[in-house]
Amino acid sequence: MDQTLTVDHLSVNYRTMQALRNINLTVQPGQVVGIFGPNGAGKSTLIKAMLGLIPSVTGQVLWGDRPLPSQLDRIAYVPQRSHIDWTFPATVWDVVMMGRVRSTGWFNRFSVSSRQLAAEALERVGMSEFRDRRIGDLSGGQQQRVFLARALAQQADLFCFDEPFVGVDQKTEDILFRIFSELAATGKIVFVVNHDLGESITHFDYLVLLNRELIAAGTRDRVLTPENMTRAYSGHVQYFSSAA
Amino acid sequence: MLDYLLDPLQYAFMQRSLIVAILVGIICSVVGSYLMVQRLALLGDAIGHSLLPGLAIAFALGLNIFVGAFIAGVISTVIIAIIHTRSPIKEDAAMGIVFSAFFALGITLITTIQKDNKIDLNHFLFGNILGVTSGEVRDTAIITALVLFSVFMLYKELLFYSFDPIGAQASGLPIGLLNSSLMILIALTVVASMKVVGVILVLSLLITPGATAYLLVPRLHQVMLLGGAIGVFSSVSGMYLSYYFNLPSGPAIVLVVSGLFTLAFLFSPTYGMLTHPQASPGDSRIWQDLKRLLRF
Repeated sequence: MDQTLTVDHLSVNYRTMQALRNINLTVQPGQVVGIFGPNGAGKSTLIKAMLGLIPSVTGQVLWGDRPLPSQLDRIAYVPQRSHIDWTFPATVWDVVMMGRVRSTGWFNRFSVSSRQLAAEALERVGMSEFRDRRIGDLSGGQQQRVFLARALAQQADLFCFDEPFVGVDQKTEDILFRIFSELAATGKIVFVVNHDLGESITHFDYLVLLNRELIAAGTRDRVLTPENMTRAYSGHVQYFSSAA
Repeated sequence: MLDYLLDPLQYAFMQRSLIVAILVGIICSVVGSYLMVQRLALLGDAIGHSLLPGLAIAFALGLNIFVGAFIAGVISTVIIAIIHTRSPIKEDAAMGIVFSAFFALGITLITTIQKDNKIDLNHFLFGNILGVTSGEVRDTAIITALVLFSVFMLYKELLFYSFDPIGAQASGLPIGLLNSSLMILIALTVVASMKVVGVILVLSLLITPGATAYLLVPRLHQVMLLGGAIGVFSSVSGMYLSYYFNLPSGPAIVLVVSGLFTLAFLFSPTYGMLTHPQASPGDSRIWQDLKRLLRF
């Protein structure tokens, strides 16, 4: 079955402001997709609108032959670390098992195989020894790896990470990129919202440059041209200087 | 010693009130744990205050006051949600507006009804556990069973939702439905508690046992279990204190649970202010000095 993901004329409004205008994208399976752009460019909004977590004004998103929001059981989403209350009374294990909630189903208890998947996911991100720790006691990088383990335990086909590299150590960054490319190699799609255009950019197969509208999408050579960068970033600088 | 414990039990009214106190101690702690982790403490207060008009109307019409109170509680949470989502007004402001309006309406209605009926406003505000009827014991038991069963069955979904609502939504869980179920559980719990501590002090039973347990154990279900034990202990010992020293029951219960929280706050192995000084690095000079003195 064709697993191409198509974003078709997607527009999103926040109250009276237009957050995203007429986004068109086609993503083939088996790629690590980096979504870049300045602050306020609508990167996180694009992900949330694609998944149907926030309403869009126009457009639709198809994955294969069905709308993406009707296939949420095949999607793993990791929110920005700042959106999580890290004082919540939960251990590493509790968080990873959340990845098995949907597939376990209402009123059922977690199966042995669910526990096994969670344990393997923790092993894969190098966090097995922390499984009984309170999540608040971990470092930022460790917390991010726990969320990665949760996403892996979900056994999804599409992964969305919102700013996963904020406040994490080098070791975690390496693990994240290694697992992203492993997932892509098995035909999954990995969306990563990122604002850093540094050397890590070589880890992405496909780039999406955004600033309220789509500036460019495609390979590095096609996207990272001086004209595109000017359109994406200097428009925003003008916006701020005119406000000041 | 045993005589002291058994003596009050010879009275049927004490038996009934102790049963209700135990049941309410359990469900308040369990449901209140969700309020605490979602930073919705004020919502418990809001629902508590909002019950009054429903209670008054049900009483005037001769209906079950539990049902009337429950309906009023649900209506108030719906109105809070509407104001919050359909206007730029923030949730806490919406709660403040709605619960004070409902509270005022309730007091007005009860004061009006009070003239021709033997109904005491104070009983609703501060509880009247010694006046619990066997019908109310039955209703409380039904609510307790319903609430505990729901929390048990929805535990993993509610845990996911209350920890990471966007992640839960993105995995396809119906978070609107989960949130509504949680609101209904809270309303049911507050309704069951109003006889014990009244609508004003119910917040204490909802938040304090869970908060106390939170300082002692690391996982949500442990917070609920230990919180439940703390809630039951406080309810029962509050009742005994009230019996022997002729204290008002609701406030006695609240004072016991607040005392337990204070102990956990000071002496918790992980977060205690005195036992674990490095847990709060930002505190002032005077506390650092005091702690150094106390550790000798």
